[in-house]
Amino acid sequence: MRFAGIDIGSRTIELVVLNDGELIEAKKTDTGFDPMAQAKALIAGTQYDRVMATGYGRHLFELSYDAPTVTEIKAYAVGAHALFPGVRTVLDIGGQDSKAIAVGKEGKVIKFEMNDRCAAGTGKFLEIMAKTLGYSLDEFGPKALEGHKDIQISNMCTVFAESEVTSLLAKGEDRQDIALGLHRSVVRRAAGMLKRISGEEPIVFAGGVAKNVCMRRLLEETLGRIITVPEDPQMVGAFGAALLAQKGGS
Amino acid sequence: MSEKYTKMWEALGLDISAHDGLLKVLGQFYGDIYLSQDKRLKGMEYMDFVLSEVHGLRIQELQEAKAAGRKIVGTFCVFVPEELVWAANGICVGLCAGAEIGKESAEKILPRNTCALIKSFVGFKLSKLCPYIESCDLVVGETTCDGKKKAYEIFEEYVPLHVMELPQMKRDVDRDLFKGEVLRFKGKIEEITGQEITASRLKEAIRLINNRRRVLQRLNKLRAASPSPISGRDALLINQISFYDDPPRFTKNIEALCDELEKRVAAGEGIVQKGVPRLMMSGCPMAVPNWKLPFVVESSGAVIVGEESCIGTRNTRDLVDEGGQSVDEMIDAIVDRYMRIDCACFTPNPERLDHIVDMAKELKADGVIHYALQFCHPYTVEAYKVEKALEKANIPLLKIETDYSMEDVEQLKTRVEAFVEQVKQ
Repeated sequence: MRFAGIDIGSRTIELVVLNDGELIEAKKTDTGFDPMAQAKALIAGTQYDRVMATGYGRHLFELSYDAPTVTEIKAYAVGAHALFPGVRTVLDIGGQDSKAIAVGKEGKVIKFEMNDRCAAGTGKFLEIMAKTLGYSLDEFGPKALEGHKDIQISNMCTVFAESEVTSLLAKGEDRQDIALGLHRSVVRRAAGMLKRISGEEPIVFAGGVAKNVCMRRLLEETLGRIITVPEDPQMVGAFGAALLAQKGGS
Repeated sequence: MSEKYTKMWEALGLDISAHDGLLKVLGQFYGDIYLSQDKRLKGMEYMDFVLSEVHGLRIQELQEAKAAGRKIVGTFCVFVPEELVWAANGICVGLCAGAEIGKESAEKILPRNTCALIKSFVGFKLSKLCPYIESCDLVVGETTCDGKKKAYEIFEEYVPLHVMELPQMKRDVDRDLFKGEVLRFKGKIEEITGQEITASRLKEAIRLINNRRRVLQRLNKLRAASPSPISGRDALLINQISFYDDPPRFTKNIEALCDELEKRVAAGEGIVQKGVPRLMMSGCPMAVPNWKLPFVVESSGAVIVGEESCIGTRNTRDLVDEGGQSVDEMIDAIVDRYMRIDCACFTPNPERLDHIVDMAKELKADGVIHYALQFCHPYTVEAYKVEKALEKANIPLLKIETDYSMEDVEQLKTRVEAFVEQVKQ
């Protein structure tokens, strides 16, 4: 039997297919402005017996495909637990949400924290800041690691932080240093969320932002704990949804 | 209901076209959230009727009462001892303040980071959309929080206002302060109504309001049954309507509804299947038509079984002792009863924590959702202690901070659905 999981996020959509428990397909695409069209294109041609949807677009998908849904909170907990049995904490920073999840035995959600309505401290924040500093998203993390000066960025609001960055540039600050300061501010926020759910080890960091090497390094420094990042951190939600489809229900 | 009442609304000075728009939105909203429910109770037809006539028939009744010389007193808080109003042959109505109405006008005189409830009552008045406020001979404010306290200073320019001072602690000296304020309120009511509050009238009024509380207690007890016989939305609506409906009529209708619920419970039937997660709400009041979070919760595969809130058990848990014979004795009984209210404006406020835990256990709640309005410091700060108390009792908690706008509904859905998954596993 083939079970699929689809994670329709604000920035990317991921699809994972399991055949008798074995991962046989994993692919992703950008969400763009028409999430359902993108999701349909991604899943077209894929063979599966049952599919479960997660992420922001899950209810939209549910309408078109009559598929069961699960929140990304549970999907990430289940996915991370399957990849790293014994995981106690999952940090998921995606395009417009960040979540810290305390995980119990069998991947159960014990407690979670989620950011408020705005995109402060999420992938979208980093994306816009990278652009303001003239970096591509891929080089943003490595370049930030080259920074050495401690610049405090106090605004977490994307709009205000952007003007703060502009004024720092006008003051003649190096952009690597500003990049480092921006990463620090996102990490402070994530660390705060982790502390509120107690954030016990082992900690798995997933979602698109986990691909950023500077975020990983700073998180470990700030928490004084080891952070594990899955091989493809963006796939964890879709993987968890596929596992739940296999289990037969949410 | 529109045309029938247009003259009356004009006489009250309402902004007719904006008011028509409000009623239209309210009607649609009510249809989506209430009338679409499965297995609706027969007894809820009365609520549907009352709500459909919320600005119509009830307002007409108030106008008729006014014409007959009775006075209308509007309140915003469960601390106002309404027994005194009824004892002086007045009519007490709880003013609602549960919609994002007139926000722009309200923000002209209030800071933006003021809670939605305060902005709403100011907004309703400034935009001339509430026939209840316009019918009031007196509006009673109270010093529960800084936001309200300071807003009343401005609100006084727009309505005839009486502000009661509430203590912040529960020592003897605080009780003395409150008693003084109750007596001052009694004097004010006697002054505007021209009626002396006699022992026999007060006794009758105490019984009238106690009976309304008793029927709501009965309703809440029935919700401990599994599966719950009534949706949380319906129960919230009943609590909301209790603030402005005619008390004897309301009590009679809710007794009939409870009879229906009893039969349902006896037959093992419910509004949902057995095993559907049972959640309890705790925190700030949800005034009409603030049904946002209950609707999100009950659309996420859970049922709400209790409201630990001013529009809920905080208003109905305690009765006034009916043993008093003289006015003095009855005033003392009223003071004692109201001083038991466990509002987060008190410090410290350990009673509330015990009540939340006890209530969650009695109602067999699988989890508690703590609901706080943004910028409401008493409740947002107290949420920390609530979390600790529930942790100790091993009851899961989800903390929500929101307002009346719809922009965060999707995020709320994700949180609430994840919480439902969490308590279900």
